[in-house]
Amino acid sequence: MIELHVILILMIIGAVVAMELEDMLSSVIALGAVGIGLTLEFLLLRAPDLAITQLVVEILSLIILIRATVGVSLPRERIATRIGYFVFALVFAALFLFFSYKALAQLPVFGFPIMKMGSLYIKEALAKTGAANIVAAVILDFRGYDTLGEATILFTSVIGVLAVLRIKGRKT
Amino acid sequence: MKEDNSGMSLIVKRITKITVSLIFLFGVYIVLHGHLTPGGGFAGGVIIALSFIHLVLAFGKEVALKKMSQATVSIIESLGGLMFWGLALLGLIFGSYFFLNILPKGRPFDLFSSGIIIFCNIAIFLKVGAGLFAIFLALAFIRLPPEEKKGENR
Amino acid sequence: MSLYILCLILFAIGLYCLIVKKNLIKKIVGLGITEYAVNLFFILLGYTKGGEAPILSKDTPITNFVDPLPQALILTSIVIGLGVTALMVAITVRIYEKYRTFDINEIRRLKG
Repeated sequence: MIELHVILILMIIGAVVAMELEDMLSSVIALGAVGIGLTLEFLLLRAPDLAITQLVVEILSLIILIRATVGVSLPRERIATRIGYFVFALVFAALFLFFSYKALAQLPVFGFPIMKMGSLYIKEALAKTGAANIVAAVILDFRGYDTLGEATILFTSVIGVLAVLRIKGRKT
Repeated sequence: MKEDNSGMSLIVKRITKITVSLIFLFGVYIVLHGHLTPGGGFAGGVIIALSFIHLVLAFGKEVALKKMSQATVSIIESLGGLMFWGLALLGLIFGSYFFLNILPKGRPFDLFSSGIIIFCNIAIFLKVGAGLFAIFLALAFIRLPPEEKKGENR
Repeated sequence: MSLYILCLILFAIGLYCLIVKKNLIKKIVGLGITEYAVNLFFILLGYTKGGEAPILSKDTPITNFVDPLPQALILTSIVIGLGVTALMVAITVRIYEKYRTFDINEIRRLKG
């Protein structure tokens, strides 16, 4: 399990770099590096569906974010933040870490999950749906409502983007 | 034959002509084997959208839009959504409840097994692929007006 | 247990970035980092020691599987994250077109 730690620490370093770089293009590319690290973690945690999806989604979101940063007139915009926000954020993050550390005692130990529904899905997936990929059986048969809601959210997001960026009908 | 000047250089265009079809084929494979191997409608849809984005980036907007215009993309996306919803309603009409898997299951580990799951994968693939390509087209089409219009009240 | 703590530190970094940075692009980056941390935390919760990927095989029967339920939830969450990012980028591009800056303090001052 040492490789999981190493990749997660690299992801944390990438996140700090993405946060602190002044050049926005470099910052966005560092975010892409964090996403590739997440892909490797998914692969090591035995989730190949998620690894494929995360990899291709990462590429597309990098293209979209680069579209937002390329061509702006101030690529290195230095924006001073007030000291109040800084202190507030530090206190908030510290409180969050403290309480989540307290809550970690209630969680199952890593490697031994509570598979109440999961074992049921694994037992009955092949007999009830005929699909060998249990994740596909769960998202499209057992929990189809989730996917319907997801499709609705994606549709709303596409409509939102097209409405915000539409060219026709704008008074210039 | 005269090559038009839009898009990237000749080398990129020649290589794109070879690779785009391979990427498209891989996406279709991922979608159709979604119930047997890792993948499924989401990943396959994004891969197909990326193949079209590859085309747009290499050849420029005009050439790529002849193959797939924005109206076509909207129609395909709505079709995917309607198809998914209709498949869910099929269970309510012919069976007892929403999202009932009414089609025959077939032999396990075959390509056409697993009832409506493969059709749901195709519907999600249409929806995700066309939706993300529409987002990319909208972001690629927008042109920022030049800098001196800053004070103008629009 | 140390993996959980590292994952929570990643979440806290994203939260800090979301609060402190005044640049709109940096805020999108911070939201992306938080989303990655949450996705990873769910998958860590579902990992079984020595488990296999939840895909049935024709020849060899496997009994020790990873929990498939968090994976199914996160699979939809990743695509939703992409939609949210695209919507935020669209709004940011429009804001930049209107105000020529990414600084939200500046944008607030220019409003009236």
